[in-house]
Amino acid sequence: MITDASPIVTARIGKSQSWTLRSYLDNGGYDGLRKALSMEPAAIAQEVLTANLLGRGGAGFEAGKKWGMLRQADPKYLVINGDESEPCTFKDHMLMEEDPHQIIEGVLICAFAIGATQAFIYVRGEFALGLERMSAALNEAYSFGAVGRNIFGSGFSIDIVIHPGAGAYICGEETALIESLEGKRGYPRDKPPWFPAVMGLYKAPTIVNNVETMSNLPWIVLHGGQAFADLGIGRSAGTRLFSLSGHVNRPANYEVEMAKTTFHDLIYDPKLGGGIRDNRQLKAFVPGGVSAPWFGPDQVDMALDQDAVGKAGSMLGSGSVVVMDDTTCMVRAAWRITRFFHRESCGQCTPCREGGGWLDKIMRRIEEGQGREADLELLLDVCDNIAPGLGWPPQKTTICVLGPSIPSSIVSGIKMFRDEFLVHIKEGACPFGR
Amino acid sequence: MARLTAENLQRARQLIALYPQSRSALLPILHIAQEQDGWLTPDAITHVAELLDLEPAEVYGTASFYDMFFTHPVGRHLVSVCTNLACMINGGEELLEYAEARLGVAPGGTTADGQFTLEEVECIAFCGAAPCLTVNWRFFGNVSNDDFDRLAEDLAAGRLADDVPPHGTLNRVRRQVGLMAGAPVSPGDDEDAKPPQATAK
Repeated sequence: MITDASPIVTARIGKSQSWTLRSYLDNGGYDGLRKALSMEPAAIAQEVLTANLLGRGGAGFEAGKKWGMLRQADPKYLVINGDESEPCTFKDHMLMEEDPHQIIEGVLICAFAIGATQAFIYVRGEFALGLERMSAALNEAYSFGAVGRNIFGSGFSIDIVIHPGAGAYICGEETALIESLEGKRGYPRDKPPWFPAVMGLYKAPTIVNNVETMSNLPWIVLHGGQAFADLGIGRSAGTRLFSLSGHVNRPANYEVEMAKTTFHDLIYDPKLGGGIRDNRQLKAFVPGGVSAPWFGPDQVDMALDQDAVGKAGSMLGSGSVVVMDDTTCMVRAAWRITRFFHRESCGQCTPCREGGGWLDKIMRRIEEGQGREADLELLLDVCDNIAPGLGWPPQKTTICVLGPSIPSSIVSGIKMFRDEFLVHIKEGACPFGR
Repeated sequence: MARLTAENLQRARQLIALYPQSRSALLPILHIAQEQDGWLTPDAITHVAELLDLEPAEVYGTASFYDMFFTHPVGRHLVSVCTNLACMINGGEELLEYAEARLGVAPGGTTADGQFTLEEVECIAFCGAAPCLTVNWRFFGNVSNDDFDRLAEDLAAGRLADDVPPHGTLNRVRRQVGLMAGAPVSPGDDEDAKPPQATAK
């Protein structure tokens, strides 16, 4: 069942010229900022805590708690993560193109609440239109007096800089993003000591928040944190954007109420995914980005609830759901995901750099009919060296979580589709004909 | 093979002024250099290094980390076909094969006339319209083989010049103002400041 919760972050999407200031102002734009500037910064942070807004980037950490961990020093920075690169996630891409002012308004509210000295919005380099829309919106916002000096006469001043990335998945990891923003290779930093809230951009305390997280703030300020918390259930509060792709009739971004909507709703509801193409059977689905362990048809009735999905051994992650029907070769799917991680490894840590390459090669030979029966144990052994115990969330042997995410698809594949792997090996060919 | 032009040098200096530390402007300036020449020439890398008080090797070492920067010439149109999961299961690999045959180059290759460079890319976040591709980072979704033929013809004939600028041109919207928050307060400014009006509905 889809609930009747009104959309929050997509409320303006689809309206004429939704990315312009005129359209934004016609639809309540910057009212949240005006209200925020009349409040005490601490009161805004309290509303966000009450809202129970979990970060929408992938880790799902409480935004309000994160703000509370910010070391008090001058300067302090706010960095917005718009480097959306988790495969099959395309929601921030849409938000930046279709409603850039909403992001800017959220950034201003957050900057005021945490007392930031300057804010940077890191936009994935490949998003040319997103960069242009964000840049045009920022110019408009400056002219309107919403950004810059003495905003709306409140005495609060802040500058925002739109910063383009240049193509690197790892820069979505917050410490790599900071390195990249400092003009360096995107190498993740060790935590501790490099927790951004303590030691982030230029070693100053820094809050890194996601684009969708920011997009929720104007609504939360206007309606109050409790109204947000009243949506969803418990820790999975509010609505959330899910990127639905793969073998569905209506692949798109859908904003639904958390915890009260299920994967089944998302995939089959006529107003959402509209079911699987050609009325085929669901074989498996990725519940939250390709880093996440897969789910099978028996888990499709699970709610879009962060804790429930976590308890079942996976994650809602970046909010991307990829549906695979019974024509999908699961060996090829797992190999493609593995190849991605191998390509995107920054190379700092041996388990990820070398292990990813070994897994890529072994998966390739199985898919191409050159596999050996012992390969399955070998795959699991290499995976275990990257993420000992093969549990979820994974144990880390590396600086960041890219490495420990590599095993997800392979371990899921072998666990759920062992026979399919064996057919590849025994018949010396992919049964799906590639 | 040029250093930055006077206009681009000015743009670079404006970018540097936006950041607390100059090196932060490196990626945005490299995008300008790539817009100027279509790729990062050795002269441009040296010039950017001078601007930021870095060694050329540091600039090159940073640039080489990022997929979007090219340290060798590429075609006027960079065609990037996605084959990651959502595209793969919706014909992305077949689309890439078709593009190879149509353009006559393997991924990484450039056509003899310098019009097209083809590459296979990781997910470009357009999965609702799989299979998809970009040309100079402008997005095209639900691309059939026929669509690809038409697209290649239109690009070669210059019919999409407004939508798809030459390779390297990323953001055509210029920032109109520098940093303002720290600007000196003009006399009487603060007296004019009125308490903000709450406009909650």
